Amino acid sequence: MMKASTQHEHMSAAGRDLDEAEVLRVENLAAHLHTGGGVVRAVDGVSFSLRKGETLCIVGESGCGKSMTALAILGLLPRPAGRIVSGRVVLAGVGDLAMLSAEAMRKVRGRSISMVFQEPMTSLNPVFRIGWQISEAILMHEAIGREAARARAIAMLELVGIPSPETRYDAYPHQLSGGMRQRVMIAIALACQPQVMLADEPTTALDVTIQAQILRLMNRLKTETGSSLLLITHDLGVVAQMATRVCVMYAGVIVEEADVGALFARPLHPYTRGLLAAIPTSRSGGARGKLSTIAGMVPNLARLEPGCRFAARCPDVHDRCRMAEPPLAAPEGAGEGGRGVRCWLHLSAGPVAPALEAAP
Amino acid sequence: MASYILRRLLLTLPVLAGIVLITFLLARLSGDPTDLLLPPNATDEAREAFRSVNGLDRPLWEQFVTFAIKAVTGDFGTSLRFEQPAMQLVLDRLPATAELAAATMVIALSIGIPAGVIAATQRGHMADGLIRAIMLLGQAVPSFFLGVLGIIVFATWLRWLPTGGRGDWSQLVLPATTLAFNLVALIARVTRSCMLDVLKQDYVRTARAKGVWESRVIWLHALRNAFIPVLTVIGLQVGLLLGGVVVTETIFSWPGVGRLAIQAIYARDFPVVQAVVFVFAVIFVLVNLVVDLLYALLDPRIGYR
Repeated sequence: MMKASTQHEHMSAAGRDLDEAEVLRVENLAAHLHTGGGVVRAVDGVSFSLRKGETLCIVGESGCGKSMTALAILGLLPRPAGRIVSGRVVLAGVGDLAMLSAEAMRKVRGRSISMVFQEPMTSLNPVFRIGWQISEAILMHEAIGREAARARAIAMLELVGIPSPETRYDAYPHQLSGGMRQRVMIAIALACQPQVMLADEPTTALDVTIQAQILRLMNRLKTETGSSLLLITHDLGVVAQMATRVCVMYAGVIVEEADVGALFARPLHPYTRGLLAAIPTSRSGGARGKLSTIAGMVPNLARLEPGCRFAARCPDVHDRCRMAEPPLAAPEGAGEGGRGVRCWLHLSAGPVAPALEAAP
Repeated sequence: MASYILRRLLLTLPVLAGIVLITFLLARLSGDPTDLLLPPNATDEAREAFRSVNGLDRPLWEQFVTFAIKAVTGDFGTSLRFEQPAMQLVLDRLPATAELAAATMVIALSIGIPAGVIAATQRGHMADGLIRAIMLLGQAVPSFFLGVLGIIVFATWLRWLPTGGRGDWSQLVLPATTLAFNLVALIARVTRSCMLDVLKQDYVRTARAKGVWESRVIWLHALRNAFIPVLTVIGLQVGLLLGGVVVTETIFSWPGVGRLAIQAIYARDFPVVQAVVFVFAVIFVLVNLVVDLLYALLDPRIGYR
């Protein structure tokens, strides 16, 4: 009873910040990595919002800050190099995660918000049985007995489609394949029925058929458990299959945000267009054309030039792009709701447009 | 598992045979015991008689064959000095040495592992620097110096502890601590580097993502993995420990196998030296077998068939 009432108080406190339908809102989040080569602005002012039951995909190439965004949300930035320097991470019923104490954050992790990682082969502890590892996640957050936790863990194994879960409970990670291990990771992540599950390239390390199975599984479980999913990927195929909404990230910032249909139908940002053009197609009837690429390299996040971060690689670059960085704002004449783009080509006014700065 | 143990035990036999040969030769190279055991004014006849009784006048290979055949049955001959079966002398002293070694291990593990873990988690901070400085000292200071220092400070000046002998626990403190010092340093150093490596692993991040308490992440999730290579080092250091036993037992008059070994060497008491070396070799081989078996217990990825 105690627990329920305190949670309710938190809920009302956080309710002021979140819409009814929102579970997680990230506002202007910035996380820096202090390395030998200087301060890397890995996440440099990222904002997005995740609604109940939604799958939000963050897409972008390696090193654009996707994973760092997820780790920052969870308070698991690499230590001691990583640090959240500004911004808010508001979780429904909890409040601003960036302001929580270490112990309060621990209670949130795995219970209200959980994460599935990229490498199933190394993400499970090799010396403990998988069932134990699932049970532990439950026992950390709930006052139930070992036997009850065991039963729940076995039910989770069954839920994620692991055959003969009773027996597999006692298996060690090395006795399972990569796909099976990722299922175990998903079982751990969903064991306490969190509001939000973060998945960082959950299928990248798996082969294609297993990839499809895992994605279908995550889609099914999201519906069954009522969790929202924040899916990080570099694979636009995964985005098309999974996403409700998409954020395209580039060099530590979001450059375009849209509903999945709108993004594929009419990409606005030159970077998004480049990504979509780079998907190999067989539409040309078997004729061998060169694959389209985006020329150049991702800028060094420790030494950013002023202006648009994509300017050096952009096919449509003009003078204004090198002078000032465009804000993420609603594009000119956009009919679709909640669309945003960080590009001067689609913003009406000059480099400084106060009206657009204030747009959502 | 049982067949693996049997196979490993059989494989130790050639090792032990080699050790018997080497100890036999080494002992003979150090000089003729006749000069040491008989008074300087003994007659040549007496010397000849002594050599003949003890088989020292035979060719070396013949002496070895006789020795080896007896060794197989556990008979390492009679001590020239104590006039008792050599093996019996060693086995009588073994409990004292085992007691000292066990106390040493307990001290070394209970200080070395926490020190290493703390240094790793506090990397770059004061605690890490302090622990590393002490560890450096611990590895640099030889046990004979440390032992004598311990006697001067704690036995002579402060009079807290006895200088030597074996009886109650207070007599165990100084020799065990002295012997543990180098081992603590080594275990702490290896634990620290293994922990630093393990703390970077993905599964540690997974544990944190589950909401596991930080102390549990470190002392359970990480240490269970880091301890596996530490165990290897401990296994390899058993030799060092046995060597240390010889010195430490002598300094503290601890009536163990080590002190017996020194006495036997000074007296050129071949049978006893050979029995001691043989027993030490058996212990070393067995400890390494136990370490290998412990791996399987600690690391489920290792299976023995």
